[in-house]
Amino acid sequence: MNVEKFSYDNQIVKLFTFATVFWGIVGMLVGLWIALQLYIPELNFSLQYTTFGRLRPLHTNAVIFAFVGNAIFAGVYYSLQRVCKARMYSDLLGKLHFWGWQLIIVFAAITLVMGFTTSKEYAELEWPIDIMIAVVWVIFGYNMMATIVKRREKHIYVAVWFYIATFVTVAVLHIVNSIEIPVGLLKSYPVYAGVQDALVQWWYGHNAVAFFLTTPYLGLMYYYLPKAANRPIYSYRLSILHFWALIFLYIWAGPHHLLYSALPDWAQSLGTVFSIMLIAPSWGGMLNGLLTLRGAWDRVRDDPILKFMVVAVTSYGMATFEGPMLSLKSLNAVTHFTDWIIAHVHIGALGWNGFLTFGMLYWMLPRMFNTKLYSKKLANAHFWIGTLGIVLYAIPLYWAGLTQSLMWKEFTPLGLLQYPNFLETVLQIVPMYILRSIGGLLYFTGMFVMTYNLFKTVKQGSFIANEETEAPALVMVKEKPARGMIHRWLEKKPVVFAIIATGVILIGSVVELVPTFLVESNIPTISSVKPYSPLELQGRDIYIREGCVSCHSQMVRPFRSETERYGEYSKAGEYVYDHPFLWGSKRTGPDLHRIGGKYSNLWHFMHMENPRSMSPGSLMPPYPWLLTQDLDVESTPAKISAMRSLGVPYDEGLEDYAIGELSTQAQKIAMDLIENGAPADPSKEIIALIAYLQRLGTDIKVNDTEQE
Amino acid sequence: MFSDNLETIDGVSIFPIIGLILFFLIFIGIVIWAFKADKKYIKKMENIPLENDNEESTNTENENEIQ
Repeated sequence: MNVEKFSYDNQIVKLFTFATVFWGIVGMLVGLWIALQLYIPELNFSLQYTTFGRLRPLHTNAVIFAFVGNAIFAGVYYSLQRVCKARMYSDLLGKLHFWGWQLIIVFAAITLVMGFTTSKEYAELEWPIDIMIAVVWVIFGYNMMATIVKRREKHIYVAVWFYIATFVTVAVLHIVNSIEIPVGLLKSYPVYAGVQDALVQWWYGHNAVAFFLTTPYLGLMYYYLPKAANRPIYSYRLSILHFWALIFLYIWAGPHHLLYSALPDWAQSLGTVFSIMLIAPSWGGMLNGLLTLRGAWDRVRDDPILKFMVVAVTSYGMATFEGPMLSLKSLNAVTHFTDWIIAHVHIGALGWNGFLTFGMLYWMLPRMFNTKLYSKKLANAHFWIGTLGIVLYAIPLYWAGLTQSLMWKEFTPLGLLQYPNFLETVLQIVPMYILRSIGGLLYFTGMFVMTYNLFKTVKQGSFIANEETEAPALVMVKEKPARGMIHRWLEKKPVVFAIIATGVILIGSVVELVPTFLVESNIPTISSVKPYSPLELQGRDIYIREGCVSCHSQMVRPFRSETERYGEYSKAGEYVYDHPFLWGSKRTGPDLHRIGGKYSNLWHFMHMENPRSMSPGSLMPPYPWLLTQDLDVESTPAKISAMRSLGVPYDEGLEDYAIGELSTQAQKIAMDLIENGAPADPSKEIIALIAYLQRLGTDIKVNDTEQE
Repeated sequence: MFSDNLETIDGVSIFPIIGLILFFLIFIGIVIWAFKADKKYIKKMENIPLENDNEESTNTENENEIQ
């Protein structure tokens, strides 16, 4: 047998490892900051760049794509080479991948705080960055696939299947959800509107969780857990089922984010059914991980790495049980839009992703630096501080979510809302917000302890940039796939495998998405719903820029508690011109879909300048810059054109007189404000925002709805 | 748009049902295969990550503990 000498590339793994730690600190720090802002709004330092609405997407993007993203790449580059017994296909592609990804993160951080956002959750970045992501992602995928092709190990280990599925699915998700029409260097409108946009977005959002936060981490679990425990996975058969069941089921479950919304009922039910089915493979996977340690639990007591992994896998099990439960309509009705969901996702992020990352880093880094971990005691301390942090983070938020939801739904014996003032329900849970931020601070402290420990480990070791090894060359014998051999044949053909995995997720996607595009009766048209006026359109873009959607939904669900509080429930046909949709996923403030006409222009003016002048004790940050910044009217014609090309029926030639129409409407609002004693200037941004807010949800009040 | 093209296909609504049945059958096939798979093959697969270890993995033993 021809034994070949070669080396593993540790350099690229080291780069991604360091980036993981660095961005982890940044992402968690921003998270802690906005957690504090929730009860101390002054911590935005009166700057628009550091206000909650802009920092929230920075936090989610930094944690998901920077911290977890870099951890995935570090873990994949390390494990892929070893299970394939081959060096990465190209060092150069690896470097391009690394620096390209860091550049994307930096651009993302800058543009998000400047207010350039699509407002679609976890896909906030604007189109030039979207293109960069696609390019860099393909570089990663190509490098990975090429490495698998030139491997020296005949069979492809299950972890690598998870990596392949991650690559193809994230590519599909990212591209489909980012189809948008540019109206400037950093502004675009999605081609989808309203219900369709919501469906595409949550097909993306759900599967970003599935294929960015879950499948790659399962791949890592199937490699690093056996490594750390020094024994094979409990059941390899189960891992095969785990993989295929997840791939088959996950992609269908997106609509569970839109229960009780204006999405057609059949699509909501589809989401629920597939979510419930997901329990089986998820728990199969969790048990497979935990049972790997059977008979070796005594080692968990000594080894902080195994401790981290056990909590990670347990958190995976908790989150994947909770997810399907939250997909049941009855439970969803009380948890959706509340802090319960924030607690749920942080069990996943802090427990599953965070702890598996920490376990992996503690295991991997000493090996690459040819040394032992600097301090086991510190790692143990990190484990306990982190675990306590998770507990202190999640429990208060579960409590807060349920409390607030029940307060929203509480009626007096006379049939009136017990807490008609939304603010009352927010102030009730402020103590929970305080506890949560302490939990976050603990977790963040743990992160620092790890950073110090890893730094010292690196200092005491000597880096092995190229780890020399050897393996027999792979001789591919032509095998005819005999009966029962199809899968074995398949997992030797990575490209065919990738194509089949793509096919599986595509079919699910098509069935989920296409009918709402196809069947007109799914979105009944309402004849009184008209496109936004030029001023309202500009106001809407300010609403998007300031990230109002982070705290305010625009979706009144068909519950009496909501129609009493907000007004008529929302209809699918009301959103047909909403590029993008702004339904939101969290109500830190009240729903705004029926805000139009509810308050005077003056109320909005004063409220935006200082919310506490109108609602004493309000936790909404002030937006005084809207009163002083000039509205960018020049962009109006381009925006009108873009909207028309997406099917919004603006009058022909509106571009030519749009600016005139805009200033007429602005004058009217400014006049009204001045008459009521406010120092208003029609050229300022606040006027456009008021115009938009006053328009919201008023179309169906014009006359009766006409259904076809 | 692409939806206009799809509408012209006769009986397009049967496609998702065919898709579902196909999925189900393939998945059942995988289940059957996974359970019937050869023991030697499974043994080989599950040991892939543990091969070519130069050192014995004892994760955090020793080291310069902070006093």
